[in-house]
Amino acid sequence: MKKLTFALLGSTCLAPAAMAQEELNALVWCDHTDPALIEPFEEAHGVKVNLREYEGTGAALALLEQSRPGDWDVLVIDGIDVFRAVDAGLLAEIPADQLPTGDFFPEVVMAENNGADGKTYAVTEKFGYNTISYNSDKVDPADMEDLTKVWSEKYDGRLTIYDYYLPVMGLAAMSAGIDTADISADTLEELGTVLTDMRGRAASVAGVVASQTALATGEVDIVVGGGEWLTAVLAEEQPELTWTIPEQGAVRWAQSIGVLADSEKPDLALEFVKYIVSPEGQARLATSSCFWGMPANAEAGAHLSDAQKAVLRWDDQPDYLARTQLYPAPDIDLDIEMQDLWLETLSQ
Amino acid sequence: MIARDTLKGWGFVAPALLWTLAFFVVPFVVMGAMSLATLEGRTLVWGFSLANYAELAQKAYLWRAVLVSLEITLTVTVLSILLAYPLAWIIAFRVPPRWQRLALLLAILPFWTSYVVRSYAWLLVLSREGVVNKALMTLGLIAEPITLANTRIATVTGFVHFFVMLLTLTIFANLIQLSPNYRRAAMDLGANAFQTFRHVILPLTLPGIVTGAFLTFVLCIGDYITPQILGGNNELTVPQVIMVQLGRRADFPLASALAIVLMGLVTLAYLGCARWLRLDRI
Repeated sequence: MKKLTFALLGSTCLAPAAMAQEELNALVWCDHTDPALIEPFEEAHGVKVNLREYEGTGAALALLEQSRPGDWDVLVIDGIDVFRAVDAGLLAEIPADQLPTGDFFPEVVMAENNGADGKTYAVTEKFGYNTISYNSDKVDPADMEDLTKVWSEKYDGRLTIYDYYLPVMGLAAMSAGIDTADISADTLEELGTVLTDMRGRAASVAGVVASQTALATGEVDIVVGGGEWLTAVLAEEQPELTWTIPEQGAVRWAQSIGVLADSEKPDLALEFVKYIVSPEGQARLATSSCFWGMPANAEAGAHLSDAQKAVLRWDDQPDYLARTQLYPAPDIDLDIEMQDLWLETLSQ
Repeated sequence: MIARDTLKGWGFVAPALLWTLAFFVVPFVVMGAMSLATLEGRTLVWGFSLANYAELAQKAYLWRAVLVSLEITLTVTVLSILLAYPLAWIIAFRVPPRWQRLALLLAILPFWTSYVVRSYAWLLVLSREGVVNKALMTLGLIAEPITLANTRIATVTGFVHFFVMLLTLTIFANLIQLSPNYRRAAMDLGANAFQTFRHVILPLTLPGIVTGAFLTFVLCIGDYITPQILGGNNELTVPQVIMVQLGRRADFPLASALAIVLMGLVTLAYLGCARWLRLDRI
């Protein structure tokens, strides 16, 4: 009896602590893990946001399939892959009228990517470019305006290629005058030739940290597939590291955010999504310590300093948006062929 | 009484058996079954298909990755043995006993730092602006920086740095168990130092060498981080290819087939050195 009394007393005392905070579980990219972004939401709603980083849509979808329903509430996903999550029944419909897409840069609303059958399942939250990052002290900036000169003999061994086949193959396609939307099995041979040339000139093919390190330490002078997300966090210490969008254009990436269909806290999850796409949330997400990128919501500009906007090239966005193309979005069969071509090129 | 003892014996080994069953046998069976499944579109179809294994033969980059993994692993294993043996010898026979513990501690000190951090540190050391190139240029040995980072040399260097520590421990553990009488007897019988080492010490320390070499092989061939950071993707190893299959496409069947191939290579390595393998020497 005494034991039971203690147990009851103990559980009574512990209960408030255990139940004090509601928790929200979000599967995200690393830019969402910046406390400066998450803490204001946690404080405003009295919740704890648990964040799990992932790389690669396949990995995220596999993780969700292996989780119990309700384990996850929010998903951040590559804009071109929203349809995969929708097809798998993973995303819940979200009320379009509660999202400030009217304030977005029109090119990145991407309603057709973020919805299906007239329903909205996700909203674009951030975008940027996979283009050419370079050290302006070491290369001729004029050369960086022409993709074919970037991987020419002049820069042999002085460039690294960002290790993600979709944007790099997009850039290769654009250098050959092929739109990213027109990449098909018929164009892969031509792309293969460009990739082989590019690969032959490259010192390495590297992920985010390794390519950033290579550029910052002088190991290479150019990153093919780089962009503001690569050089912005280095801008203060190494202003010579910069980026441009060549005359042939560049590839535009976009990430979306949505509420998971099995979430047991859909209202709170939707509040989180609304916070992320609010001007304040957008400004914080744009300047996340992990990587910078343009906010989808143009109203975020009011919450960014002039220096931050300069690094993001805020005033150039109309021109950049007009000259860039969305990531290649291959179907399954083409995706396999593109990946095989990429791996074949890497192992040459 | 015998039945009771038997029951007691099973009781003692049951936790280990259950552990092995839950965390090795079951996952391995699932992985084997997964390697025989196929991915149709984005849907996983369980079945008995050898298509994933056939892909290994058909796609050059896949079997090339197997070859590259084997070449790197064998190079690392041999170099690590060649460096670790003298180090273990010095610690065992040249360092006074009271300093041996400190010497061993210093030898394994690099284990204390993060594996990823250590790999990136090597990337900086080997870069064109790094310590190695600067030292060689200062000494007048080279006029221009040479490419060391993002090469197989860098990958092997990173691996060897790590595995020399491991091998030093297994070889040292073997060396200090040798009675000095073996050496004295060999000398008394007229053997010179080299002959004593070749015919007496080396055969007796083979279990320590092989145990360390086998662990090096297992850990090296399955490692993703070092070739990814230091190799610059200039050649792909099997773990790197597995990661690509999982990252975007979630092609678990093909990734599982590749993992089974890796396990096959490890099994071959085990069979090759089973005669000398003494894991109790660690």
